Amino acid sequence: MSVVSLRNIVVLLGQFPALSGATLEVQAGESVLLQGPNGAGKSTLLRLCAGLQRVERGDGSILGHDLHRERRIIRRRVGLVGHRTMLYDDLTTGENLRFWARAVRATPEELDQAIERMQIDRRLMDVPTRQLSAGQRRRTALAVAAARRPELWLLDEPHAGLDQAGRDIVDSLITDATAAGATVLVASHELDRVRPVVDRQVTVAGGLILEGADAV
Amino acid sequence: MLSDVLLIAGKDLRVELRSRIALNQVVPFALLVLVLFGFALDADSSTLATFTPGLYWVAVVLAALLAVHRSVSLEDGDGADEGLLMSGLHPASVFLGKAVALIAELLLLALVLLGGVLILYGAPVDDVTLLLLTTVAAVIGVGAAGTLYGALLSGQRARETILPILLLPVLAPVVIGASRAFGDAMGSVATDGWSWLLSLTGFAMLYLAVGSVAHGALMEEA
Repeated sequence: MSVVSLRNIVVLLGQFPALSGATLEVQAGESVLLQGPNGAGKSTLLRLCAGLQRVERGDGSILGHDLHRERRIIRRRVGLVGHRTMLYDDLTTGENLRFWARAVRATPEELDQAIERMQIDRRLMDVPTRQLSAGQRRRTALAVAAARRPELWLLDEPHAGLDQAGRDIVDSLITDATAAGATVLVASHELDRVRPVVDRQVTVAGGLILEGADAV
Repeated sequence: MLSDVLLIAGKDLRVELRSRIALNQVVPFALLVLVLFGFALDADSSTLATFTPGLYWVAVVLAALLAVHRSVSLEDGDGADEGLLMSGLHPASVFLGKAVALIAELLLLALVLLGGVLILYGAPVDDVTLLLLTTVAAVIGVGAAGTLYGALLSGQRARETILPILLLPVLAPVVIGASRAFGDAMGSVATDGWSWLLSLTGFAMLYLAVGSVAHGALMEEA
């Protein structure tokens, strides 16, 4: 079953075509690395798959839901960890985690498991988020996404700002998610790090998606 | 749905308690406006008492602009607005939650300012019930309309300058109705304040209803 099915997708950011005819099929349980230069359209592709980006032309579905008409349903079934952490600076780490867990309908047990999974230091729970390092914020954002147990993970530079332990956690998150039947799309420049933990890679360049020999 | 409304309202109020923007910036600004009105009218106590209703509500609405802007900017910081879009929360719950938090802040502001005009302007009060009910109804209207227009401008550049241009004309009926009702409650205007209160209640209900329906589409477009 195709979890991501995109056919000739065109996305405009203002007048600029961020994606100009992108086509991609990703099956359930598959993990795919998106590589490509800055500005190639990787983040736009992930936001599109998260239901956050309006499609100008083309057809597609995510988790069986139409990209034009069912973006609201799509958003509730995916976990996106992008450049922005979606955290409130004036709340503590614990308050942020509890707020977002309730907002995404995660149980306290699922949140606890996610906190354990991301190895977030419990002493940080009472620390305002604005005082966290970039890596700690990233771990917190990953924990929020993990708590909702998404069927499709969308990770945009997930290793950015993380220490070695955090990077290892992200790697195991990818392999464990696919082992559990979830699908993972990872946009990253750290090719040597991500290649061993994904099933295949595609290249995003000039708003197009290149696969197979073209992708290398 | 009620628990989701309380979740959003609780989050906004908690952020506000931590940052103290409303307490440390919006309330002092509103009090300064009241004092400036006093200087502008040459501290003539009879004139101030006569115009207290209008001056009071202009001060409330000007301060509300700051509070509305603050309410919207809470979600801009690090992409929280997109987090809300991706959550399981219904857009109407998000709207009502943010409106409830803003209304609570504005009520506090309105009560502080009310104390201010009673002390600074020496305004008399004939009907306390009408005064308080008018404050509640008008503040709900301002909070609901402010939350709706704040969502409309979410993500827009130059939002700080566009918000007053769009919101002040919408709030003009609140200023008129609340000033008339206050005038009756303070004995400075011979009018039926209770009918003005009814109009204010209608305005508040209308904007709560429109906001609940329209907020989803506005979040999508932001």
